[in-house]
Amino acid sequence: MAACGGAGAGCGPQCSSSSSAGGQEDALAESMGRLSTASAAAACGKCDGGGAAVAVAGGVGMCAGCFRTHLFGKFKLSVTSNAMVRPTDAVLLAFSGGPASRVALQFIHEMQSKAIQSWEASNSQALPVFSLGVVFVDERSVLSASLPGHEIQAAIEDIRSVVSGLSPGDKRVHIAPLEEVFSSGSDDKAARLKEVVGVISDETGRDDFVRRLRMLSLQKVALENGYTKIMLGTCASGIACHVLSATVKGQGYALPADVQYVDTRWEVPVVLPLHDCLAQELNLLCEIDSLKTQQLLDRPCSGINGLVSSFVSRLREENSSREHTILRTAQKLKPFSFNKFSANGYHDFLPSRLRPKFQNIDANECTFSEILCLICGSPFSESELLNLENTKLKAQKKIDLYTAHCCQSCHFQILPAATDMYGHFFSLLPKFWTEKVDAASASHSSLRDQIADYLLDEDDGN
Amino acid sequence: MDSSATDGARLPPPRAGSRLCVRCGERKAALKRPKTLEQICRECFYIIFEDEIHQTIVQNSLFKAGERVAIGASGGKDSTVLAYVLSELNRQHNYGLDLFLLSVDEGITGYRDDSLETVKRNEIQYGLPLKIVSYKDLYGWTMDDIVKAIGLKNNCTFCGVFRRQALDRGAALLKADKIVTGHNADDIAETVLLNILRGDIARLSRCTFITTGEDGPIPRCKPFKYTYEKEIVMYAYFKKLDYFSTECIYSPNAYRGFAREFIKDLERMRPRAILDIIKSGENFRISTTTRMPEQGTCERCGYISSQKLCKACVLLDGLNRGLPKLGIGSTKAGARADSDGKQRTKRSERNTSSLQGKHGNFDF
Repeated sequence: MAACGGAGAGCGPQCSSSSSAGGQEDALAESMGRLSTASAAAACGKCDGGGAAVAVAGGVGMCAGCFRTHLFGKFKLSVTSNAMVRPTDAVLLAFSGGPASRVALQFIHEMQSKAIQSWEASNSQALPVFSLGVVFVDERSVLSASLPGHEIQAAIEDIRSVVSGLSPGDKRVHIAPLEEVFSSGSDDKAARLKEVVGVISDETGRDDFVRRLRMLSLQKVALENGYTKIMLGTCASGIACHVLSATVKGQGYALPADVQYVDTRWEVPVVLPLHDCLAQELNLLCEIDSLKTQQLLDRPCSGINGLVSSFVSRLREENSSREHTILRTAQKLKPFSFNKFSANGYHDFLPSRLRPKFQNIDANECTFSEILCLICGSPFSESELLNLENTKLKAQKKIDLYTAHCCQSCHFQILPAATDMYGHFFSLLPKFWTEKVDAASASHSSLRDQIADYLLDEDDGN
Repeated sequence: MDSSATDGARLPPPRAGSRLCVRCGERKAALKRPKTLEQICRECFYIIFEDEIHQTIVQNSLFKAGERVAIGASGGKDSTVLAYVLSELNRQHNYGLDLFLLSVDEGITGYRDDSLETVKRNEIQYGLPLKIVSYKDLYGWTMDDIVKAIGLKNNCTFCGVFRRQALDRGAALLKADKIVTGHNADDIAETVLLNILRGDIARLSRCTFITTGEDGPIPRCKPFKYTYEKEIVMYAYFKKLDYFSTECIYSPNAYRGFAREFIKDLERMRPRAILDIIKSGENFRISTTTRMPEQGTCERCGYISSQKLCKACVLLDGLNRGLPKLGIGSTKAGARADSDGKQRTKRSERNTSSLQGKHGNFDF
């Protein structure tokens, strides 16, 4: 049995790859670090007759088949126990082409084909099968290095061919250029995107802002095409990085909102079924199953996010279960009310096996009372709420309201340093963000509008 | 300016005809403030530095007039600056505190004996009475003896546990109402990160408290909670304070683990990150139902403890019985099957050693 488990350094001599069974396995072991022990002597610890162990998970060496089952089990458990996918859902999978979203695509496809099979086999055909679509957000316009157009086209074609190769079940592929988040009225969306990103001086802030736009773009595609859930390939390693970077950015209060399985802050709820899988495991599975991935359009994280991810990979080298520990810490923090689907009382007397399938988010949009940051969506902490209340009382300009609706972290890293730039910055933002504040402050500004003609202090904010 | 004497802080070289201080606009800027990167003059730096600490003390009501306050003094930069600044503030703002220095002599030849000399000089320089309590008197062992018995592995565990208790006992002997320690913002940020990395939610919830042990006999507080290490070094450097800057001979450099390095990198990229980490630590939504260890008292010595015996008594017991491994590593290990138990202990040892910070262990 592979003894070096999750313990990290100090493997015994049996863990060296001296007795490996061929060059391919060596290469695999090298790329997987300690996850794969690549010792041919070690047999699978799960199935007796199985082949050589290729991976170590939970302290047990596993053969390729068992490893796959293990990962699929984790995926399925998080889908079912959090009621992520209902039979009537239309699921939109955010697909970057990287290993995590590739595995998510594979797994959700398998769940769908099983559901199709049982639908065909059942007499009543009462339970419908959820539908599945795939979206790729094209971030070409904010990539620093310019890529030749034909390479990007080829990558997109690759994605199309991967998705079309998965049958049964029709899956639509959407390609969403990032600049499409700006409403249709704007003339040159790409230029506007470049401009607003250019206004942000902090490197980390820019990175976070683009991530946020990406989420917005997913929402847009989902809303326009009638999807009811958005599925992300965010994995445990990614969440562990987020835990640390949010801490470092002073977002400790809002942190638990981002590390749960379900996030219904958005109009279309977002689910993270790979919540418990490590990036290394997903990479390994892609190699074992020869799932095609592509990194061409990957945007490496920069600034503090980059620093955190290199810190986490150092921690992983020292102890391969460190990411799980970080995740566990974050899970002990209290989540927000929007981090679960609330049960619809009507279905409470269904058999417990079926009940989760009918759980629903409340039709009423405002089921949670938290005030969210205009830009990053973080729930406001007490001091931020206090500040907002104070501003509401005395705010004259709409810009003041906008800034008060940004959390302290966004204030620092995303808003321009010069306050006279605020007006310009907010005018560049996608309408989706600012109109929420507009709606909330409608009563206030209409009062002001009535007397606007008599006010001497003209400002560009109104 | 000779920057070699400073501990990691890069002081700007003097430039002829350089800018004016952004604060007073009169004098020439002499330094770039690590916390904000503002260019200010020395005098303004002293004022800001002291005033921030004063504000921290006032806003958190750390002291009441007439209290006897023990300053945990090791002779290092943090505690030396703390002793100096506190005695200054006490005078300037009439806190009405009865301050004195409290040092722990761990019995480390070539390190503590020298640093205690520094503390003794401080006693005279700042006019603060000094009390020294020693491991030898309290426990019958010096650190030199302990290292001789157990080697260089885990020795910091002993030292950390014993020091914590020694400070409390020394303070009790002198009838102190409070202990202040020189933990700075960098230390606290590092502790927050380490507790996240270790999954220690109980410590995570209390490691950012400015005052701890309020239910115990002698509360401890950290007036430097928001003070950057680099600014402390700068202050000591400009004020030419007499401090001792050698590292403990039993605690090699490696103890400034990953987390410390990470925080230094972060500070370079974004100075306010240290304060942000502390803010995150203060604001974490920790559920009130999270199980916290119950506080009781040690059956043997009466010191606060969540177990039957306090950690110091367990460790001491091990030393006296010639079983120095007693009480080190995971306590669950004993309950498991032997081989499994050994493995676990080994693993937890490795974890603690690689995650130890500069203070050996992180029991605040």
